[in-house]
Amino acid sequence: MATPQVVNISLPSLPQGWAGEKDFKIVGALSGATKRNVEPVGPHFLAHARRSRHNRTFSEDERLQAQNSVKKTEVEEDDDISEDEDPMMLNREAKDWKGQDHYAVLGLKKYRWRATPEQIKRAHRKKVLRHHPDKKAAQGKGDENDSFFKCIQKATDLLLDPTRRRQFDSVDENADVDPPTKKLTGSKFYKGWGPVFVAEGRFSNKQPVPTLGDENSTQDHVETFYNFWYNVDSWRTFEYLDEDVPDDDVSRDQKRHVEKKNANARRKRKTEDVVRLRELVDECLASDERIKKFRQQARAGKDAKRLAKEEELRKAKEAKENAKAAEEKAKKDAEEAAKADREKNKKAKEAAKNASKKNKRILKGSVKDVNYFAAAGEPSAAEIDGVLTDVDLIMAKIDVDELAVLAEKLTIAGKDGAAVKTAWTGEAQRLVEAGKLKAGEAKVFA
Amino acid sequence: MGDAANTPAEAERYAIGISFGNSCSSIARISPEGKAEVIANEEGDRQIPSILSYIDGEEYHGTQAKAQLIRNGTNTVAYFRDFLGKEFKSIDPTPCHQSAHPQQKDATVAFTVRDTASETPNTITVSEITTRHFQRLRRSATDFLGKDVNAAVITVPTDFTDAQREALVASAKAAGLDVLQLIHEPVAAVMAYDARPEATVTDKLVVVADFGGTRSDVAVVASRGGMYTILATAHDYELGGATLDQIIIDHFAKEFMKKHKTDPRENARGLAKLKLECEATRKALSLSSNAQLSIESLVDGVDYGSTVNRTRFELLAGKVFSQFTGLIEQVVKKAELDVLDIDEVIFSGGASHTPKLASLASNIFPETTKILAPASSTTAINPSELSARGAAFQASLVQEFEHEDIEQSIHPMVTVTPHLTKAIGVEFTSQTETTFQPLLGAETALPARRIAQYFAPKEGGDVLVRVCEGAREIKVTKPEPKAKEDKPAADEDDSDFDSEDEEEEDIREIVWKTEKPVAELAVKGVKADGKIEVMVHVNPDLGLQIAVREVGSQNAVRGAVNGSA
Repeated sequence: MATPQVVNISLPSLPQGWAGEKDFKIVGALSGATKRNVEPVGPHFLAHARRSRHNRTFSEDERLQAQNSVKKTEVEEDDDISEDEDPMMLNREAKDWKGQDHYAVLGLKKYRWRATPEQIKRAHRKKVLRHHPDKKAAQGKGDENDSFFKCIQKATDLLLDPTRRRQFDSVDENADVDPPTKKLTGSKFYKGWGPVFVAEGRFSNKQPVPTLGDENSTQDHVETFYNFWYNVDSWRTFEYLDEDVPDDDVSRDQKRHVEKKNANARRKRKTEDVVRLRELVDECLASDERIKKFRQQARAGKDAKRLAKEEELRKAKEAKENAKAAEEKAKKDAEEAAKADREKNKKAKEAAKNASKKNKRILKGSVKDVNYFAAAGEPSAAEIDGVLTDVDLIMAKIDVDELAVLAEKLTIAGKDGAAVKTAWTGEAQRLVEAGKLKAGEAKVFA
Repeated sequence: MGDAANTPAEAERYAIGISFGNSCSSIARISPEGKAEVIANEEGDRQIPSILSYIDGEEYHGTQAKAQLIRNGTNTVAYFRDFLGKEFKSIDPTPCHQSAHPQQKDATVAFTVRDTASETPNTITVSEITTRHFQRLRRSATDFLGKDVNAAVITVPTDFTDAQREALVASAKAAGLDVLQLIHEPVAAVMAYDARPEATVTDKLVVVADFGGTRSDVAVVASRGGMYTILATAHDYELGGATLDQIIIDHFAKEFMKKHKTDPRENARGLAKLKLECEATRKALSLSSNAQLSIESLVDGVDYGSTVNRTRFELLAGKVFSQFTGLIEQVVKKAELDVLDIDEVIFSGGASHTPKLASLASNIFPETTKILAPASSTTAINPSELSARGAAFQASLVQEFEHEDIEQSIHPMVTVTPHLTKAIGVEFTSQTETTFQPLLGAETALPARRIAQYFAPKEGGDVLVRVCEGAREIKVTKPEPKAKEDKPAADEDDSDFDSEDEEEEDIREIVWKTEKPVAELAVKGVKADGKIEVMVHVNPDLGLQIAVREVGSQNAVRGAVNGSA
């Protein structure tokens, strides 16, 4: 899109008298646009989406895309090999190649056994460019000493051959990490022992090697770690330390003798190494605080279980006892309440009896007080009898409460004969209405 | 390993493109060399029939399943793509006449087949069938690539509803395929051509004619600076390769009846055999001028063999061919365009192999229009593979994206953009005439930027650049009167004489007219034989930024026209 199309037509010349501010003149505006759905496919659409989502213009987007692609290539070349060279090393003799540190020769000290073949090749090339004898000659250092160049070649040959590289790695003491000498506690333990096992892990046939972890590692992780190290399958060999087998000019017996010696030495070293590693793991395990922690946790777990069980039993027992006590208390309470109730009832009954007796007295007294409704003088026996019969009748029919009400009314009425009569008549009427008294049964209070 | 490293790394995403058709499906990927490659399944098929068949609990897929249509039709599920995500009442079950019949189940469509060893048939929904189909496709791709294929870009027709899309995504998900995106078939076809390394990005109008097995879809796609916009679509759900097969079936059935007095079409198995063989014959006719047909025991144990040549087939199928071309003409009209506007015609789909279709299309369109069909262009891509290739290309583009990223990118906020209604270009005036050269075509999605270089006048000096809106007109020139006399005679002739006809027709050509000048810029003191570079940038609000400079010098003028919105 950014590439211009070339059109083979010539533009017109500027007509006479044309004028515009800064050589630019607006003549009109675009006519409207229609909204349509662009199909969301293809690289150009993705570019469009990127621009519109991030609000970029064409040129901004182009610049950012270009920057991104530049960054990627930079990262690739970042891991360059550049280490200082020890002047002592530069003076080494190629004859003595067995004694040299091949990684240091190639400037791969910080990678060592981690260096990839690709890195080794690159390192070799770099060193060759610097130390090639022809270069030295051109620089005027005419000492013709190409021994370090030979060292480089030896180192590269060895490191690029997987078998020989393993042999060297097996005895590469510079890659070993010494175990801590004193007992470490806390986070120091992990810092001290972690790298030891990472370094030892390079000999394992099984990769990846489990790590030591830290104080928060799970029991599973820790167990896996120690199980791995007690059953480690190591490829470490000690051929690199072999004594040189003499050339054919020496007798065959001599040769065999040396070979036998070498084999024995290798076997011995291997056994020693296995023992060493075992002791190493033992030592680490002994000072590993996590093991203790896990044991405690396990015990605590067991204890907690037992305690929980006991607690449960105790609680159940308590609950049972509580229930029993509550039951008994309830029973006692109920009995007492019943007793109190009975006494109360008795008293109430007595009181009621007394009250009704009193009320009855009032009732009887009321008629007596008004002289049995006699108009004047002494009432006749028949009159008295009639009134008293009715009073008895009504008293027999009404209950305690009504009795109290009537007594009250009569007390209010006092000695007023008409009022007393009205009260009685009213009561008789009410009883008739209530159906307790037959109409006409009460003769005087009808 | 350490605790942090214990969390399993998320499985690496490997995406392919899938073209899921009613009759055939294809799977494609982008090879490490960057070329689209359609993957063959275990049987070596690159067009895998979308058919599943069951015998005694064993599942057959693709060509093997297609062969089962003859003997085991009721347990064979075919042509189910268009049923997905639809209600029973809205589907057309005609293509399934010979296979398991679609039925209603709840709100969806289902098939009753004996897919297990037991005698009792099971009812399987169309979603489940699709899932099984995708599982087979995924397995084929995984076996071929040796990597676990777990994502895909799938093509769908332009008229796929949201419900259909959802059902398709769900089915693919159940088959272990993470659908990164669904893309439209015609656009996938255009992209398959544009993704070729030799292709250049140009502004063009493309007609994509997708003639499939059971249906035909034609779309007009505007390709502007590599962005695609569908301008119009037309569908015919009854026209396709099957319609052409029917012609051959009828032809051979009639021939058979003459000899044996029985109609093979009345026998279900006879019809199935005839259909399968006639399809093969029709495909053979696309490649050679003669094709054979031989069927053992067509009906009543009678073996049948015959040949047919291409001319006869084309004569018989004349009406059907005109339906195909009619669809193309219809869609161009629907897009309010003229055949002269179309720059390319891309033939897609299985039936597009038919040579006559390409030659008929080249008669409709002017000579400048590129007809991309295998019969007319040697560089054309196999039409059956187009959508799968386009999907694979898109898959390779979005494979690294997060789902959220893709969703945000295909959100209407991003995809709905204003498109220019009129072309923008530069006007050239000379003493004799005024011409207009378009720079941004109509229907260009905004924002857009175009750069062009024009020559300055021979003698140099001050130059005027007039940026205008232009309109295209179709100029019709009457032919010579003599031609008119010939016309009636020519009309009676057969289509063989089409080429002669054309010469006598009206001469139609595109003429650009300046409609509305927008801005004028002056570049002063241009060297003789210099070149002027014009850059026009149109904002979504119809604002313009124009920069004009002389190539190879500091002489530049720039200005902006504010947008209307």
